[in-house]
Amino acid sequence: MESYTTYDYDVLVIGAGGAGLRAAIAAIEKGARVGVVTKSLLGKAHTVMAEGGMAAAMGNVRSEDNWKVHFRDTLKGGGMLNNWKMVENYTKEAPDRVRELERWGAVFDRTPDGKINQRNFGGHSYPRLAHVGDRTGLELIRTLQDHAVKMGINAHMETTIYRLLTEGGAVVGALGFNRQTGEFLVFRAKAVVLATGGLGRIYQITSNSWECTGDGFSLASMVGADLIDMEFIQFHPTGMVWPPSVMGILVTEGVRGEGGVLKNSEGKRFMFDNVPERYKGEFAETEEEAERWLQGDRNARRPPELLTRDVVARAIRKEVNEGRGSPHGGAYLDIASRRPADYIKKKLPSMYHQFMKLGNLDITKEPMEVGPTCHYVMGGIRVDPDTQATNVPGLYAAGEVAGGLHGANRLGGNSLSDLVVFGRRAGMAAAEYAAKQTGSYQVDEAQVRAYIAEALQPFNNPQGENPFALMKELRATMQKNAGIMREENELKTQLEILANLKKRAWNTSVSGGRAYNPGWHTALDMRLMVEISEAVVLAALARKESRGGHARLDYPDPDPTFAKLNHIIRRSSDGTLHVVAEPLPEMPEDRRKIAEAKDLKELSDKVGA
Amino acid sequence: MSTVTFKVFRGDRNGGELKDYAVEVQEGMVVLDAIHQIQAEQAPDLACRWNCKAGKCGSCGAEVNGKPTLMCMTRLDTIDTSKPVTVRPMKTFPVIRDLATDVKWNYEANKKIKPFTPAPGTDWIMFQEDVDRVQEFRKCIECFLCQNVCHVLREHDEKTGFIGPRLLVRTASLEMHPLDIENRLDMLKNEGGIGYCNITKCCTEVCPEHIHITDNAIIPLKERVVDEYYDPVLGFFRRLFGSKKRAEPSGQAADD
Repeated sequence: MESYTTYDYDVLVIGAGGAGLRAAIAAIEKGARVGVVTKSLLGKAHTVMAEGGMAAAMGNVRSEDNWKVHFRDTLKGGGMLNNWKMVENYTKEAPDRVRELERWGAVFDRTPDGKINQRNFGGHSYPRLAHVGDRTGLELIRTLQDHAVKMGINAHMETTIYRLLTEGGAVVGALGFNRQTGEFLVFRAKAVVLATGGLGRIYQITSNSWECTGDGFSLASMVGADLIDMEFIQFHPTGMVWPPSVMGILVTEGVRGEGGVLKNSEGKRFMFDNVPERYKGEFAETEEEAERWLQGDRNARRPPELLTRDVVARAIRKEVNEGRGSPHGGAYLDIASRRPADYIKKKLPSMYHQFMKLGNLDITKEPMEVGPTCHYVMGGIRVDPDTQATNVPGLYAAGEVAGGLHGANRLGGNSLSDLVVFGRRAGMAAAEYAAKQTGSYQVDEAQVRAYIAEALQPFNNPQGENPFALMKELRATMQKNAGIMREENELKTQLEILANLKKRAWNTSVSGGRAYNPGWHTALDMRLMVEISEAVVLAALARKESRGGHARLDYPDPDPTFAKLNHIIRRSSDGTLHVVAEPLPEMPEDRRKIAEAKDLKELSDKVGA
Repeated sequence: MSTVTFKVFRGDRNGGELKDYAVEVQEGMVVLDAIHQIQAEQAPDLACRWNCKAGKCGSCGAEVNGKPTLMCMTRLDTIDTSKPVTVRPMKTFPVIRDLATDVKWNYEANKKIKPFTPAPGTDWIMFQEDVDRVQEFRKCIECFLCQNVCHVLREHDEKTGFIGPRLLVRTASLEMHPLDIENRLDMLKNEGGIGYCNITKCCTEVCPEHIHITDNAIIPLKERVVDEYYDPVLGFFRRLFGSKKRAEPSGQAADD
């Protein structure tokens, strides 16, 4: 019989990106015994790739900035589908979490008077992103990693969780395996925090690392957790489009934040023609005004390149569709003619390096060619806005895998601070829950045995399919049928394709041993990826309107009916997924006033922002 | 499109050999793309690490034609592909399988470094010119290529008494932080083994982040250690006036 090693923890954190590490630190501070599981080595999680910065209304660059402005910007950017209480918790706490990182050793870029510097980003009314050049994610993860090591973290590196374990409806641990050896591990835990990040790898063109296979959403859904608003996938407007092998790699929004402009093949700055109704009057209307803004004129409005990501991504797609795209199917992003070479190298060093090395292009001299790339999922596991508790006892979620904060579209920079605000809340609440569990650690041996047999099945199935080929098929069809523009026929086709892929995902074949075997890992990843792809497609079919990251060709406009509805994706007892529309949580009058202020003047006049 | 032969190390801790794979290459491809293509089409159990594919995570370090490099940042059109391209794992660390090596020693050695310790009561005001220096060190993506080429670790396997360039860089980032008050010179001299470094600059040459490891981190740290422990004149004054060169923690709670 297959042997396994057992570990006991009060709190098991799955994922060691920003949210997972911050949750672990919070739980250790509460006195819990904490284990952290990560699929990669410590410090390599997808967070490390975040570039532009972390949003927090600290008011270091513009003193007018405060949580209320950030609250309004976030709800407006999210198409008002955000959970208002999460947004309030987030915008109020983010500055403290940034300062805390500095106290733990993070070294942010500075203002002339020695404070943490803040930069402009899309959808933010003021320069709000604390940053370190364009490698803010590295700074965040290294700081949390160092602090977690100082606190005595137990990290299980290169370990994959295959299933959560339950007992009487509550989560009591997880079953996984060590990727290096193939040995199975049982983690018995009183509480589990999922901090597994996103699902970008279900698409062909993505900025996401291999790890972002949507594990957490599927694991949670399989034990009965609700998912929310899974139709909202963010396609970041600026991914690399050339050469083919780099397609999708991110070009930070910091390029536009630092003054970069978007042009089509005719040399026209097309964003002036793409300002949506809800943002009319808030952006520069001429190149001359945008130029004055860049020079620091406080009376000038921001350039339309700094509209939200959904708007910019669709505008680029429109230029390409109408025949004004760049040679490789994107648009031109030009910082070279806007800023001196030294400035670009200082503020965007990794972009300079990336294009030079991978694209043979000097961004201080030439424009970049960019196009939309799958970047982020706004939806996720439904959580309580204060504790990050899911509807399954013992299970918590934080970071990208949790839904609710970002609504229909996430503002750039709102992710890195989301991780630390809600990572901390999840870790604290999980530790408090664990402290109340007085019984002994129990897992169901039969459940463990059954999952181990399931996980090993591809080794005993010589006639099965190549898991890499299946993965390629999944990603290509999701890109085609459920990508940046959607319509009913294609979504229905994709559901049929997924039903077929789901069967085939359980009929793969792998060769070689169990130690560090990517074929085996891919075979198991596929089983979770088809589940979460189905949730995305079902939710996209149900939302018959266009809003935020969800664009329907057959319903091109926002619909007031859907403006009041979240989509809950729930699993029936027979394992099938279905979508339930639920009214948004009611926003109190005083918060509504902030969110719906016509402009910044009204916000400061009426609600004292 | 042309076909290139890759000779890839296949094996584990107990040994292994180079195996040939033919790969159809297209414009812009990097070595990591070729490895992925081999995985998907010819050898699904070929082990290699990667995360970001953009030179930001430092996972995919290997030795391509004998040169330590990030596979994701090594374009095929920068190497001679008319001859077979060899890809081997980093030599300094034990092989787990194929191109994946066991780098956990780095994480263990890291624990010797005392963590960031700010002065109590600090106002957290720092100027850009004061942080430029440590920001250079904080660019490190922990690819461990510098550890891989360091003679002390690679040829002499001195992993007990030396922490290697990566961790000397980390120590420098803490020692030169404008608000840190911890003293790590004793660690550098003793268990850190900074004296083992004979400044051949191999680490600097392979750093994908272009950190001036030797000139900006290691040499200044060596100078501090020398000043502290080996300078007879300074030693005399210290005996006379005491050796404190930094403020001791005052015991007050840190501000917020």
